[in-house]
Amino acid sequence: MTGLVQLRKGPRVDFRWLDALWIQVTGTLCNIACRHCFISCGPQADQVPMMAAEEVERALEEGRAAGMRQVYFTGGEPFLHPELRRLVGATLSLAPLTIVTNGILIDDAAAAWLAEEFSTSRYSLDLRVSLDGMTAEQNDPVRGRGTFEEVVAAVRRLARAGLSPVVTVVEHETGLAASDARGRFLEFVRGLGVERPRVKFLPLLRIGREERRTHGYQEPDALSSEPLLPEIESSLLCASGRIVTAQGVFTCPILIERADARLGPRVADALTAIHLRWDACQTCVLDGLRCNT
Amino acid sequence: MRAAFFGGIYSNWLALESALADAHLRGAEQIYCLGDLGAFGPHPDRTIEVLRQQQIPVVQGNYDDSVGNQKPDCGCGYTDPRDNHYARISYAYTMQKTSAAHRPWLAALPKAISFEHEGLRYLMTHGSPRQQNEFLWESATPDHLLERLCGDADVLLCTHTGLHWQRRLPSGKRVVNVGGLGRPANDGRTCVWYALLDTDAPEPFRFVPVEYDHHRLAREMREERLPEEFVETVLTGWWTTCLEILPAKERLRGRF
Repeated sequence: MTGLVQLRKGPRVDFRWLDALWIQVTGTLCNIACRHCFISCGPQADQVPMMAAEEVERALEEGRAAGMRQVYFTGGEPFLHPELRRLVGATLSLAPLTIVTNGILIDDAAAAWLAEEFSTSRYSLDLRVSLDGMTAEQNDPVRGRGTFEEVVAAVRRLARAGLSPVVTVVEHETGLAASDARGRFLEFVRGLGVERPRVKFLPLLRIGREERRTHGYQEPDALSSEPLLPEIESSLLCASGRIVTAQGVFTCPILIERADARLGPRVADALTAIHLRWDACQTCVLDGLRCNT
Repeated sequence: MRAAFFGGIYSNWLALESALADAHLRGAEQIYCLGDLGAFGPHPDRTIEVLRQQQIPVVQGNYDDSVGNQKPDCGCGYTDPRDNHYARISYAYTMQKTSAAHRPWLAALPKAISFEHEGLRYLMTHGSPRQQNEFLWESATPDHLLERLCGDADVLLCTHTGLHWQRRLPSGKRVVNVGGLGRPANDGRTCVWYALLDTDAPEPFRFVPVEYDHHRLAREMREERLPEEFVETVLTGWWTTCLEILPAKERLRGRF
């Protein structure tokens, strides 16, 4: 746990209802170690353990009882979970699912299985594949040597299987934050064989490993305790989402390493108002980060 | 009893007139509109005037709330920059072309309408009973959530997505997204759709396709200098905008 309990009390966010139940299926275990990762995931990272299949299924049942609209699997890398197929099947029988992945472990067999799940399930299955540049020179310095080619191959594989992954791009350099970057990235993904390309840009979160790559938040008190505009408050993920980990239920996926962001052991304990007292909350409030697909 | 339920009209006054004639021919004793009268199409006052003259009960959509209360945007709930770009164009046009005389009427529309028939309670909302601009997509709305949204209603009717679908829930309750009259259902056909209730039929709800003079609508849209992307949708039946909001299953059924 890296966070210190802070006495500052940020603006209050009321909990509306459970739109998104995020599940940290593999904890912080990942097959790569991105230099901008906001929770310092990696091959040796075990600060948040992998969830047992039964724990995930319990979370799904708790989410169903709370009226969840959709489920997200995240990590770490969800495709490292040894019982992922069982968990995907269990989820899709209840609700739509998005798997947040780096794509590297999706081989031809996995792509075929995902395509089968997509076409036969009642509810929508989405894949969000992370790629942080249109060239290896742009992507590999943050995601690791060789990852560009591996991720591009995975996106091509998914497209060939008939799937249309959402490519998520972290704005880790100014070229990606430029106003025309989105259009260029859409055409790049189309060029990989995805006929209906979707791209989601995400602002940098200056916590976790990113603090060492560049720097942390430089204005730690940017959020006062003044109330947020209602349209901002209601659109924040923490107004309608929670994340379940092997260590309990937390306010949002960004804060699973902050002990003071843990709301309780069960989903039902966590459906309460919170105060935005963490530095990273600036990125959602001021930069407009929204983690939904 | 027979009743017709019209979804978002988006200023497609030609489709509205055709749907009204069609519903009357099919014996609809009551006709309801579930809101979003403006956007996308030309001459927003024409749609409002038809509905007001015929005294059709209308649920307030997010567009009606925004135009009626002169809010800064349409409140459609898009998150993607391209969707928002086109939303801004159609909202600016609709705001400019809606008569001041109609704004108080739009602002005062109810957020829900309900009625009872043969012991069943029917509830009409625009998006969902809890949020006016909530998208209830077929592939992205679980049964357990719909059971919760129905509350004490036996039948929940909604629109906002522009795509029609219906589902019988495990409890026996029914949810009907009536689709939209404003633009085609992203299926490569130029017709638009409404929902018809016949309480004597074994399957009480069915969706009715409506043909209308879509070439005339396209002509009027061009005369009003509305985006060619909107015109293309009217002429081809494929959505060219508001695509990013679609869940993966619905998106892959379309061309773009």
